[in-house]
Amino acid sequence: MEREIVLEAKGITKRFPGVLANDNVNLTLYKGEILALLGENGAGKSTLMNIIYGLYHRDAGTIILKGREVNFASPREAIHNGIGMVHQHFQLIPVMTVAENVMLGSEVTRGYGLLDVEKAAKQVRELSRQYGLEVDPDALVEDLPVGIQQRVEIIKALYRKADILILDEPTAVLTPQEVRELFKIMRDLASQGVSIIFITHKLKEVLEVADRIVVMRNGHVVGETSPQESTESSLAAMMVGREVLLRVHKEPAKPGEVVLEVSGLTAYDDRGSKAIDGVSFKVRAGEVLGIAGVQGNGQTELVETLTGLRKPHNGRVTVKGKDLTGASPRKVTRAGTAHVPEDRQKYGMVAAYTVADNLVLNTYYAPPFSSSGMVNHKAIEEHARRLVKEFDIRTPSIFTSGGSLSGGNQQKMVVAREFGRKIDLLIAAQPTRGLDVGSIEFIHQRIIEERDAGVAVLLVSAELDEIMSLSDRIAVMYKGQIVATVDASKVTREQLGLLMAGVTEGVLEPEVTAVI
Amino acid sequence: MKSEPTPANRLVGIAKSILDVIAVPILAVITAVVIGSALMFAAGYDPILAYSGLADGAFGDARGIARSLLNMTPLVFAGLSVAFAFKGGLFNIGAEGQLFIGAITAAWVGFAFDLPPYIHMPLALLAGSLAGAFWGAMPGFLKAFTGAHEVITTIMFNFIAINLTSWLISAGGENMPPGPLSDPIGRQHALARTPNILDSAKLPVLVEAPGRDIHLGVVLALVVAAIIWFLVWRTTFGFELRMVGLNPSAARYAGVNVAMTTILTMAIAGGLAGMAGAVQTLGVNHRFESNQSIGYGFDSIAVALLGQTHPLGVVLAAFLFGSMNAGTTRMQRWSDVSSEIILVVQALILMFVAADQIIRYIYRIRPRRPEEVQQLSAGWGQR
Ligand SMILES: Nc1ncnc2c1ncn2[C@@H]1O[C@H](COP(=O)(O)OP(=O)(O)OP(=O)(O)O)[C@@H](O)[C@H]1O
Ligand SMILES: [Mg+2]
Repeated sequence: MEREIVLEAKGITKRFPGVLANDNVNLTLYKGEILALLGENGAGKSTLMNIIYGLYHRDAGTIILKGREVNFASPREAIHNGIGMVHQHFQLIPVMTVAENVMLGSEVTRGYGLLDVEKAAKQVRELSRQYGLEVDPDALVEDLPVGIQQRVEIIKALYRKADILILDEPTAVLTPQEVRELFKIMRDLASQGVSIIFITHKLKEVLEVADRIVVMRNGHVVGETSPQESTESSLAAMMVGREVLLRVHKEPAKPGEVVLEVSGLTAYDDRGSKAIDGVSFKVRAGEVLGIAGVQGNGQTELVETLTGLRKPHNGRVTVKGKDLTGASPRKVTRAGTAHVPEDRQKYGMVAAYTVADNLVLNTYYAPPFSSSGMVNHKAIEEHARRLVKEFDIRTPSIFTSGGSLSGGNQQKMVVAREFGRKIDLLIAAQPTRGLDVGSIEFIHQRIIEERDAGVAVLLVSAELDEIMSLSDRIAVMYKGQIVATVDASKVTREQLGLLMAGVTEGVLEPEVTAVI
Repeated sequence: MKSEPTPANRLVGIAKSILDVIAVPILAVITAVVIGSALMFAAGYDPILAYSGLADGAFGDARGIARSLLNMTPLVFAGLSVAFAFKGGLFNIGAEGQLFIGAITAAWVGFAFDLPPYIHMPLALLAGSLAGAFWGAMPGFLKAFTGAHEVITTIMFNFIAINLTSWLISAGGENMPPGPLSDPIGRQHALARTPNILDSAKLPVLVEAPGRDIHLGVVLALVVAAIIWFLVWRTTFGFELRMVGLNPSAARYAGVNVAMTTILTMAIAGGLAGMAGAVQTLGVNHRFESNQSIGYGFDSIAVALLGQTHPLGVVLAAFLFGSMNAGTTRMQRWSDVSSEIILVVQALILMFVAADQIIRYIYRIRPRRPEEVQQLSAGWGQR
């Protein structure tokens, strides 16, 4: 069967200061297919999509949409021509409601330019019911966890009736359940003739949902394949150009003294409801405690409370015996804690700061980066050069602004900063979100190395695989409480799944439960 | 793909980013001047003659240059005030009020104490700055602890400052006692002003020009601009301040005391505006009169924006505005064009700089990348 080509990009070239982000790239999209776009961090995937979406101007090349050469000056034109895009970094207005955000740019009015928010809210409700993307249209976006914000972005694109849908790492922030739902939506849409370009770093997903796979590296398209003729490791090799270990190798932990002790911790979320409810646990030196749970069950607030970003209501937090309940972030850092925040754009970096400055974002005040109130740029630059090399942050220079790095490289920058100093406690929330397989391998190894060097690690991740392969013990959070703590080597995926859904009766055999 | 840039490459990069920063202000000035010409032309005047008069008045002779420099000086301080606050993410509309408070405090110290010059003058200057700092710190405090938006509170503090100072120097009336700082001699003529400051409190004169003595404040302005540059780009406080301005959440994560930084930023901004007032009092007016400084506080916003909130830019913009004001009289004399036209040109410059999209559209300049653009003012209810 000859398939209809809906979009064709030919010879696309795009140069940024110091980088050739796209170098003569060709890409074809057929009607009703799901095309997976794979590639290392910084390979140029987002850039290519932004060019198609009219957000960036290409330096060379042509784009043919449904047989017609097009030249979009702005996303508005792309949207008008049926191209929708959900970005890697959300483009929502935090102070507006979900419904307002969804209708932004294509507002429903009651005539006379009056907004009809009611009607928009109704439409959002319908869309979310239709596609199983549950969301409250009247909630303020800033109050929503990242996972839900992502759904809003997807609804926003669907609302605009796009027939070409670009999803830039949509699953990075979704729970497995949500991912399954999204895939169902994607398949439904594809069968109705919508063409989807889907960027992800998760090879399992690619094999599960894609019809065709295109791999990019260093600004080039390096290959095309299909799920039938590939495996996870063949895809990984194609992306990175070498064999990648897809599992972490680690020795059993040798837990030492208690480093982090949390007892009876209670805190409220931004909307004033109880987000964590009497949580108690301990993390010892030399072990990884994983926190598993469906997004939105208090993990975000737990990490924020432990790191000083949120005030606890009740309870006690100690690090190496020192009381840090309600301590400021500075105090927490000084006590030897590193924090990889879940939301790297909000907390983890200052987009306009250089890579070098971002790498000392929370240590700038201490020697050698400053002395007697004066910043020592030389030391900061040396430090940056070392970390950029060690963590393979792909940036044209250490003076490039952090915000212009590719998503994965921003994450590496944050991780490098937090891992790059001497610590006793590592609190890592979604540390590998948005990283390519090669970088994930590297970061996982580093986490295990930290553990083996006697660091206590609290790992919060939505990736069940990550939790299971890195953790020594796993605590499952459900509705703000820890419903079970289990031995990671004995528990099964299914058991964890049930626990995360709040089912505790008869799930665990006694020997699986871990002693604290 | 990773290409460590060569020194030459980096120079080109730096040159490009400088060009990117200054392109809009320069084009804004040119565009405003052209539109000003069109207005004059339409009204039947000769724009070339008018601008020649302006230039001659501002730079034609020593007096003109002196006038330009003197006009520039308070604008540098006040422009730095707005620009500095801006770096910390705060929109200081209150330079006007802080300037008034600084000016009257300097006047009071200047006439009420009798001290040797090497103490008196610095003390009066310091007192003016500190009073301005206090006036600026209060909106900072309100922002930090109640979330009250600084745009609103600084406007309110302007009203308070203007009316407070005008009461302090009022000449009184039939049933009204005179203000506590008012001048006994001025009172007899119903003049609202403070007594003259003592000679020991006056800023030393560097270059004498009849009626236009260049005082120490002119040099001080340049020194302070350099200090502010150093503070913002070379100190840990500057690192924190810019972080708070660009991403307050990340600043909190990084352990910055955002509330303290906000208060301190506003205090320093207020201090700079206070210094503007003090320098005017101690260097030019030698007393405080209620209408002496009206407008500087507001021009300072234009200067800060035109100067792209960079200290060097502020100095250049202040010089531009200062010389424009210095040349208006001669412009009017030469060409009969009303001096108000210069206010229109200045307002146009401000508009084009603030709404730089217009300039970028006219001259087809690519917009700067979003992460490099600092918002003019955070929206209501943000942070
Ligand atoms: N706005 C920008 N300004 C300057 N350089 C940029 C900009 N956007 C991307 N780049 C550079 O272009 C290259 C490709 O980036 P891109 O975001 O397309 O990567 P990506 O394949 O999406 O990576 P990731 O998987 O990490 O998201 C990177 O080296 C990045 O630093
Ligand atoms: Mg990307």
